Order: sequence, then structure tokens, then C-alpha cells
Amino acid sequence: MEAIVLETRNINKSFHDPVTIPVLKDITFQVRKGEFVSVIGKSGCGKSTLLYILSTMDTDYEGDLLIDGELMRDRKESQLARVRNEKIGFVFQFHYLLNEFSVLRNVMLPGLKLNQYSEQEIEHRAFEKLKILGLQDEVMKKPNQLSGGQKQRVAIARALINDPLIIMGDEPTGNLDKKNANIVFDTFKELAHEFKQTLLIVTHDQEFAENTDRIIEMQDGRIIRM
Amino acid sequence: MKFRLLSNIARSLLLARWRQTLVAAIGVTFSITMFVTLLSFMNGLNDLLDGLILNRTPHVKLYNEIKPTEVQPVNLDPKYSKSYNFVRSVKPGKTTKEIRNYLAVTNSLNKDKRVLGYAPKVVTQVFFNVGATDLTAAINGIDPDLENRLFKFNEYVVKGDYLDLKNIPNSIILGKALAETMMVEVGDLVQITTSQGERVQLKVVGLFQSGLQELDKVQSYASIGTVQKILGKNTSYVTDIQIKLVDMAQAPALAKEFGRKYETDAEDIQAANAQFETGSKIRNLISYAVGITLLIVAGFGIYNILNMMIYEKMDSIAILKATGFAGSDVKRIFISIAISIGLFGGIFGLLFGLGLTSLIDQIPFDTPALPTIKTFPVRYDPKYYIIGGVFSLITTYFAGYFPAKKASKIDPVIIIRGK
Ligand SMILES: Nc1ncnc2c1ncn2[C@@H]1O[C@H](COP(=O)(O)OP(=O)(O)OP(=O)(O)O)[C@@H](O)[C@H]1O
Ligand SMILES: [Mg+2]
Repeated sequence: MEAIVLETRNINKSFHDPVTIPVLKDITFQVRKGEFVSVIGKSGCGKSTLLYILSTMDTDYEGDLLIDGELMRDRKESQLARVRNEKIGFVFQFHYLLNEFSVLRNVMLPGLKLNQYSEQEIEHRAFEKLKILGLQDEVMKKPNQLSGGQKQRVAIARALINDPLIIMGDEPTGNLDKKNANIVFDTFKELAHEFKQTLLIVTHDQEFAENTDRIIEMQDGRIIRM
Repeated sequence: MKFRLLSNIARSLLLARWRQTLVAAIGVTFSITMFVTLLSFMNGLNDLLDGLILNRTPHVKLYNEIKPTEVQPVNLDPKYSKSYNFVRSVKPGKTTKEIRNYLAVTNSLNKDKRVLGYAPKVVTQVFFNVGATDLTAAINGIDPDLENRLFKFNEYVVKGDYLDLKNIPNSIILGKALAETMMVEVGDLVQITTSQGERVQLKVVGLFQSGLQELDKVQSYASIGTVQKILGKNTSYVTDIQIKLVDMAQAPALAKEFGRKYETDAEDIQAANAQFETGSKIRNLISYAVGITLLIVAGFGIYNILNMMIYEKMDSIAILKATGFAGSDVKRIFISIAISIGLFGGIFGLLFGLGLTSLIDQIPFDTPALPTIKTFPVRYDPKYYIIGGVFSLITTYFAGYFPAKKASKIDPVIIIRGK
């Protein structure tokens, strides 16, 4: 059995504006190393909310979150930032690239922040990641000179730069057409099977979900299948 | 490494908005320029006005005032020592304006380390005979060399050479206004009558202008020997000793001490010219107030620019935080943006301040009252540049601090959800 990289124990979350609405109820599951998991469910069932908690960006919840076996409770903001930097790669529906920087520099930024390798090495690694994603010819462009599909692939390369424990994606293909969405799917599959990358991807696409190792289905804030 | 990364990000954000950044920096530049220029100019003015009076005024003046003795004979009588004695209509006794034991006093002053120098003076009132009328004026008998060394005598001799007082016997330098009234020029002779009725002819070798018209109407200078001779006194007859101290602030204390020690009256410069210091202080206060106000206004400019930048860069800040940058990193990025605006704006402000100051220094400023001043007065003092530089950094830091803090508190979830 592979090691557990992500674990939740009875996570509950409610929004209080102005009345208290429970959004997540008793979320308990585990993700093992190398697994390619998809999360599906109707709109509004709490998938994004769950993902923000799992990524440590949202700390306002009850229950336990363990990443790499470590409990995330009562950590300082800067410590959580460090966990995100080192262990989590996040791909959003929107690419969120910084237009002030080149594609290469965008990918390098989290690596420079982690400061584990020299700048040259980080640059080399960023180039390698972009090559995996078929973007070796675009490295010096600015993000606003790329197509939507290309931008999303740059965002994936950025998520990969620090060899994260797990990549999380919140509908990373939601903004893309069928062709580009397929390219991104294939990229994830390749990462999962060739590089044993752990992935947890929220999606609306039934076809995509069926091609993953495991499906977690949610309904009204609960997990109904996993 | 970390610092380099953050400043690199800061620079990119800054360059992406270079127009606004430039405007903010120009605001700082403008205020620092004005701050430095204002202080240099105001203090130049202070120096000028100080020079007008303070430089020419002894720090301590020893003299004898003609006045009744404080201790009347009746008070010395043991019989009346217990009673309160009234003496009406007291008149000064046989007192003289002469400083007693002049040589002993100068010996003592020579040894005093607190004394920078001193110049003896014989002051006497005379009549200048002009046709049928007589004009009263004072003749100051001075040692031209000492007077020049301590009180910059040559600066206000506008015609002729002050050294002629020493070189030409029976010579006199008249106040310009006095000479105009008598319609005499350099080279002419004037006749004076002393209070003892003695008549003497003196040759005009120069004119002086002190900057104070009233003074120029009633003052004249001759060598100390000449005046002693006119008065029929010997060379130890001196009525005033003008003392310059190493430290002017000590004047009131030393005036008291000297007065007691040498048994003379003593006046210090602070008592004689209290209003001048007040004027300098107020001018200084105004310059600082204006400078700091300008800086604060510039600070608000920076504050606005940063707020706008943060609003525009919400997404970038959110993604930086999502990918592992801590709130403190974000704060540092925005503070360094503010500080660099302050730094560059400030450096240019200091340079322009120096430029503007030297420009003012070139502008002709001719006034008959101030013969030595040809251009507007300014003072070049590194102190103003240091204060200006430090102020620019402090204000921009605070202008950046609050927006930066706001940026560091941005919750990435809210931004990302909002899309
Ligand atoms: N800030 C908030 N305040 C109150 N309620 C919220 C807030 N954010 C989300 N919700 C509610 O929480 C529920 C879950 O939202 P969430 O965004 O997690 O859904 P989702 O499963 O990601 O939906 P979708 O598939 O449309 O993205 C929704 O009913 C939503 O209305
Ligand atoms: Mg969602």
C-alpha cells in the first residue's frame, strides 16, 4: 500500500451570512500517493469549498486535515504558506498568471520562493516542466500572448515546479473548449501514470471522471461515493 | 535570495504602473526640493540678519554707566544700618566712563580660555561743525585690526579703506548718512568740537554703512589713539571692552562674572538682541512646517497609488499567496515599492534642491542697506539634506505601510471564488 498523502477526518464547514448554512458535512476520506482522484457533484454541493480547505487556504472549518501525515490545525499563516509552497500544486479554473512576468518566470516564482535550488537550476527545472507540457517554444512570451489552453498548461507547469506531493485542480478545464480540455486531461493522465503524480481534480466532466483511478461523488455537502 | 525575489516582484509591479509611480515619485521630489530649498534660503536669510547685528555685536560688552552709586553714605553708617533710608534726588558722583585698571583687565582676559578675543573702544560724543550748525554724533575710537578681526569692520566700510584709520593720522570714517547730511566726501576735512570745547580737524578716509540707517546718521569711527588724543587722555583710557566668546551661549553667565570681577557694567548679546533669536526660530519653524506638510501631501499620493495598485493586482496577490507566498512577503513587496518611490523621489528631490538653492544663490539681490550682499543669501548645510532624505523615507514608509498591510490580509479564497 502506498502512503497516505492527504487525509480528512470529519470536516464540517458552515457559512454564516447571515444565517448559518452547513456546506460540508462529515467529510472523511484519504488520498494515497500516486492516486488520480476526481471529485464530482452537482453545482453548489461544496466541491470548491472542500478544495480550498484541503489546500490550506481556508482555515475556518471543524475537523482535522492531515497533509503528508501532519495535522494542519493551529498553524500560523506563514507556516501554511510554506506547506502550500512545498507540497501543494493548485490549478484553478482561471489561470492567474502574472502578466508582468514571462511564462518561464511565472513558472519559476513558487520555486524561487521555496529557495531549495539555485536560480539557474530553478530556471532549468521550469524549462523541463514547460517541455513536458509542450510549451518549450513559448517560454519567453508574456502570458497574455498565449491561447487559453496554453495559459492553463503554464499554470499546470507552475503547479509542478516544486514537485508537489499533490496537485489539486478546481475545474481546470472549465474555461476551455473540448480540444484544449482534452489536452489538459491527457497531461494529467500522463503525470499520473508516467510520473506517479498524485492528483485531486474537481470536474463536471463525467467522461473525464470515469477515466481517473477513483471518483469521489458529493451531494449536499456529503460524500456519497468514493 | 528571498529579498532579491521580493524586490524583483516589487520592481515588476512598479514598472507595470510606471506612469502612476512616476507621478508619485515626482510628488516626493517636489516636496523634498522645496523642503531643502526653503530651509537653505530661510537659514541663509537668518545668517544674513544675524550677521547684520549679531556678528557685529560683542558677546559681552564691559562699560561704565554714569549713575549714582547704589550704596549711599548714609547706608554705610552703622547708626542707620537698621533703618530704611530715603535719599531724594540722588546725583551721580564723580564717576568716569573709564574702565578702571584697563591693563589688569586685559591681562586677565588674555588668559581666559573662554574668550575668543576682545577689542577696546573709546566712545565719546562730539559735535560736527557744519557751517553754522552743529550735529551731534559719536566717535568710536577703535583698533582697526582688532575691530576687523572680531567684527568684520571692513564688510561695512563702503568707501575708502578701513586701514587708513591706522595709516593716516587724524583720520575718520563717517557713517554714510552722516556724511551725506554734512555733504562731505572721502578726502574732505571735517571739524569737530569735543564736549570739553576742544576743536580738531579730521580727514575723512572712508564711509561706512551698517544696514541700519539710524545708526549711520550718528556714528563715526576713528583710531583709538586719535580719540584718546582728542579727549586729552592717555593710552590706557578705554571706555568699552568688547569681548567675543568661544561659545556665544555662555554670554549671559560670563557677563555677570566679568561684571563682578572687573567692577564694571556688563551687557550680554542675548539681552541686547533678544528679538533676533526669536525671528530666526520662527523662520526655521515655518520652513520645517511647510516642508513637512508638502511631504505629507506627497505621502498621500503614494498611499493612493499603492491602494490603486493593490486593487488592480488583487488577482496577482491572491495567486502569490495561493502558491506559497506568506502575508509578510506580500507586505514586504508593497513596502519596498513605497520605499523605492521615496528613495528615488527623495534622491532627485535632494539634487533638485541643491540645484534650486544654487540658482537662488545666483540671483542678484542688491540693496544699499547691505553692501556686502550681492545675491540672495542661502546656507548650504548637509543637515538639511540628511533631514530631507530621512523624512522622505519615513513618510513613504508610512504611506506604504497601511496599503501593504491591507494587501497582506487579502484572502485568496475570496478573490478566486469571485471569478
Ligand atoms: N462566501 C459564501 N457565503 C455563503 N455561502 C457560500 C459562500 N461561498 C459558497 N457558498 C455556498 O456554499 C455552497 C457550496 O459552494 P461551492 O462553491 O463549494 O460549490 P461547488 O460545488 O464548487 O459548485 P460549482 O460546481 O458550481 O463550482 C453553495 O451553496 C454556495 O452558495
Ligand atoms: Mg466550484
